Amino acid sequence: MVTTEVTERTGRAYQVAARVTDPELPMLTLADLGVLRDVTEEDGVVRVTITPTYSGCPAMDTMRDDLVHALHEAGYREVDVRMVLQPPWSSDWITEEGRRKLAEAGIAPPGPAPRRSGPIPLTLTPPSSRAACPKCGSTDTEEIARFSATACKAMRRCRSCAEPFEHFKEL
Amino acid sequence: MAFDNAYEAITEENDARWAYGTGFTDPLAGVDTTVPADVDGGDLATYCLMLGDDALILSQRMQQWCTRAPELEDEMALANIGLDLLGQARMLLTRAGKADGSDRTEDELAFFRPEHEFRNVRLVEAPNGDFAFSMARLLVFATWRLVQFQRLVDSIDPVLSAIAAKGVKEVTYHRDYAAQWVIRLGDGTEVSHERMQAGLDAVWPLVGELFEPHPVELRLDRVAVDVRELRAEFDEVIDEVLATAGLTKPEAAPMARIGGKAGRDGVHTEAMGYLLAEMQSVARAHPGATW
Repeated sequence: MVTTEVTERTGRAYQVAARVTDPELPMLTLADLGVLRDVTEEDGVVRVTITPTYSGCPAMDTMRDDLVHALHEAGYREVDVRMVLQPPWSSDWITEEGRRKLAEAGIAPPGPAPRRSGPIPLTLTPPSSRAACPKCGSTDTEEIARFSATACKAMRRCRSCAEPFEHFKEL
Repeated sequence: MAFDNAYEAITEENDARWAYGTGFTDPLAGVDTTVPADVDGGDLATYCLMLGDDALILSQRMQQWCTRAPELEDEMALANIGLDLLGQARMLLTRAGKADGSDRTEDELAFFRPEHEFRNVRLVEAPNGDFAFSMARLLVFATWRLVQFQRLVDSIDPVLSAIAAKGVKEVTYHRDYAAQWVIRLGDGTEVSHERMQAGLDAVWPLVGELFEPHPVELRLDRVAVDVRELRAEFDEVIDEVLATAGLTKPEAAPMARIGGKAGRDGVHTEAMGYLLAEMQSVARAHPGATW
């Protein structure tokens, strides 16, 4: 039995999977978002491992579906998409390229995710995030709402140019 | 492609034609759901139902705010919180259906169990009331669930540990959202203060049950969290919010148990039957339907 295993990110199957885009943030690929954890190819079976951003993310089914179709179109007949929960996804996993694409699309990229140990302190005032306005670049911005069109984004407004914008939350 | 009727067209099994496929319904697809050695599968399943039913029923209540919230931003927040809880519930119910060997799916567990098989605490089934009551309930639930999940991360069951680790990040946002509203209303106008205090007073009899362990939880050594250990940390957070909001901590006695039983035993309040009737009606009218 000949077994070939490709785990390097240079593998062709990885390249195909990495180009699949997020259904709700189509400017980002699953690789940009840090959702694509691993792609292996063994005995003709491609095994893709992804992790959800949020537990209730309704885009997960579509992501799996899109991955299967992209790999089928690339000639891979057997595709197995698996989910891994641990370690939990963090917005820190969004790549530099992904952050650039978010900003270009008018969504302020997340700052560093909080590192916590022990009891989690209450945040009783809107966080003093340094989220910069994607339109004018000012850091004088305020939070309007903690949740936006998707769970992963908050709504903010720029105090300099008055433009409202979305901010990818730190998680 | 031609179809004899519209129904055939939408049920035809060709995922390529649809943005959403029909073949990926298992929220734990690919996750190793083997029950660890020395852990009783039946007890583990019951425990997953307890946590999963809490999340499922509160999610249903959150979704009932859709089109009724005070402003659009809060409508989205409540729907998103409901969605996070639904995601947690889906994983926990799926885990339960596998752990006890019954192989019941999340849909079978959510839509085809009768009321007395639901294991949620009575706090989550109470009707939404006004916005103040809903925020008081969410603050209590999220504060309790957060300290519970923070400990559950160390569970020897790897699936519970992973669900909790994801949940901690989500529930932190839920708790902060509720806390900010409790403070805004409590420290607001005379009317908003009165209503926030009334909401808190109405929630309080349902708090005691959260810290009364069920025998199943106590049997699941190192798997489950002993809820008695959570009270001090819970009180600390609640006290901080109430002090900032200028609200008084109620002293109401816990709601009575019925023959020694409460939500964790499947004994619920009147509101539960109405909630389930609404939640389960479509699935029960069309058994075997997929969507």
